[in-house]
Amino acid sequence: MYNILLFAKRELRVFVDTPVGYVVLVVFPATMAALFFLAGSFFAESEATLRNFFMWMPIAMALLVPALTMRMWSEEIREGTEELLLTWPIRLRELVLGKFLGALSLLFLTLLATAMIPMTVAYLGDVDGGVVLAGYCGTFLLGAVCASLGLLLSSLTRNQIVAWLSSAAILIALNLLGLAATARSIPPALAHALEALDLGLHFYSMSRGVIDAADLLFFLGLTLFFLVCNGLVLERRLRR
Amino acid sequence: MMSPDSSVLAVKVQGLRKSYGSIAALQGVDFEAPVGAVTAFLGPNGAGKTTAIRILTGSLLPDAGSVHLFGADALLSGQDLKKRVGYLPENNPLWPEMTVEETLAFAWSAQGRVGHKMSAVERVVVSVGLEPVFRRRIQECSKGFRQRVGLAQALIHDPELVILDEPTNGLDPLQVIQIRELVRELGRQKTVLLTTHVLPEVEALADRVVLLHEGEKVVEGTLAEVTSVKAGQQQFKVTVNGSEEDLKSMLATAGVTRLESGPPSSSAQAQASAVVLADGGQGIFEAAVKHDLVLLELTPRSGTLESLFYGLTQAEGLHV
Repeated sequence: MYNILLFAKRELRVFVDTPVGYVVLVVFPATMAALFFLAGSFFAESEATLRNFFMWMPIAMALLVPALTMRMWSEEIREGTEELLLTWPIRLRELVLGKFLGALSLLFLTLLATAMIPMTVAYLGDVDGGVVLAGYCGTFLLGAVCASLGLLLSSLTRNQIVAWLSSAAILIALNLLGLAATARSIPPALAHALEALDLGLHFYSMSRGVIDAADLLFFLGLTLFFLVCNGLVLERRLRR
Repeated sequence: MMSPDSSVLAVKVQGLRKSYGSIAALQGVDFEAPVGAVTAFLGPNGAGKTTAIRILTGSLLPDAGSVHLFGADALLSGQDLKKRVGYLPENNPLWPEMTVEETLAFAWSAQGRVGHKMSAVERVVVSVGLEPVFRRRIQECSKGFRQRVGLAQALIHDPELVILDEPTNGLDPLQVIQIRELVRELGRQKTVLLTTHVLPEVEALADRVVLLHEGEKVVEGTLAEVTSVKAGQQQFKVTVNGSEEDLKSMLATAGVTRLESGPPSSSAQAQASAVVLADGGQGIFEAAVKHDLVLLELTPRSGTLESLFYGLTQAEGLHV
């Protein structure tokens, strides 16, 4: 646990030490606020709900979280520090979990920075706190999946942009599986499988305040799967 | 220097093999590094030095072979053994956004050490002379200071074995002298395994030499041993007034073990350098007479590490 926290702390430190961190902490909440209050129909509906705020989250997470994780491994590979890490008395799983915990910490800070949006809505009307909390929990779990996939793809390339683009593309595709399932030519069994794998569909039920064990297991299982793959990539590099 | 104790081995490598696809980087290498000695891992670029070092330090797994550090199997022992090793990789990778202080504190913590962090950092900063840049970011440090930081991170946990991969690579002459002095000082206290292709560095620093060439160990021993192991051989530069083929067939009967072809100085001349047996000077002369060739030059070369290195690693040479 000591090593996991050590590496998580380092990632957090790099984030707050660089201008990128502050840009993310300002730009992301500002964009979400603009989408929700200005581009959306919040004022027209005259209803104190954050439904439209959470509606944007799957796509926002698909773009934001890979930006947070893109440098985490690829920069280690590019700078050669990955070799140094592998020679230190640290287990591969501690390295992977340390980076992941670091990414979750950045995600938490970024989501915290959006708290002004529900606070503003709560100021304007009665908000169902439970639904908001469930929405944030769902967003965090969705973000965890995005972070684990982002880290996996970052570990496969020394180019941060490639890591970001490939992660974002896969995550967007994972959010469109349900849409693909509606095509007439898709057999019912395949359509069902595509819907079951759609990130957005699992998230939307949580954003409505429904916390289903199946959704939780889906997010946790997918996160674990990508983290294990990340560990396997590092192990394979030892055998390159 | 610490007096080398050849009965206790810091490193024992047997039958080490590693291939990258179809390229065999190591082809069954054996070598040892006794506790307290400075062992130089010598060889031309591409000899397999860095591959061997990466396997020793745990950042690469071999295809076959065993690695023992202080008697324990390094491939099975896990993390505790790594705490006894300090490593400065080739090209000295560091985190550019971190300060020197942060880098060393991070390395200390990552080595699993707790408590006395700052006293350890201060100790190593003083020992490698990093005081002027202590609070500076790595990206703002000169290459010489960055090399010192790399050395400091390798020493922060006071390891028993220090492995340095090309520690003076890319430094200016003054920085080379400074880093060599640090390594010499290090050799008085710890077991050091040093890779290099700079021969004066080996002669200045090492107690023992392991010479690698094309993934194979060519020679191993103390400096005195390896420069005399080929005592029966002496290197000559031979020039004859004949074609390259004439020269080759002449040397084949002269006891020459290896030769390098030189550019013909004219269409009627060929020139080559050869490693021959000690009595081969006479043998070459007699062979030239027998082949009706005129010897334009027969110059013995000194029996230094340089001539040994040259003689044993001429991969492009004509084999006779």
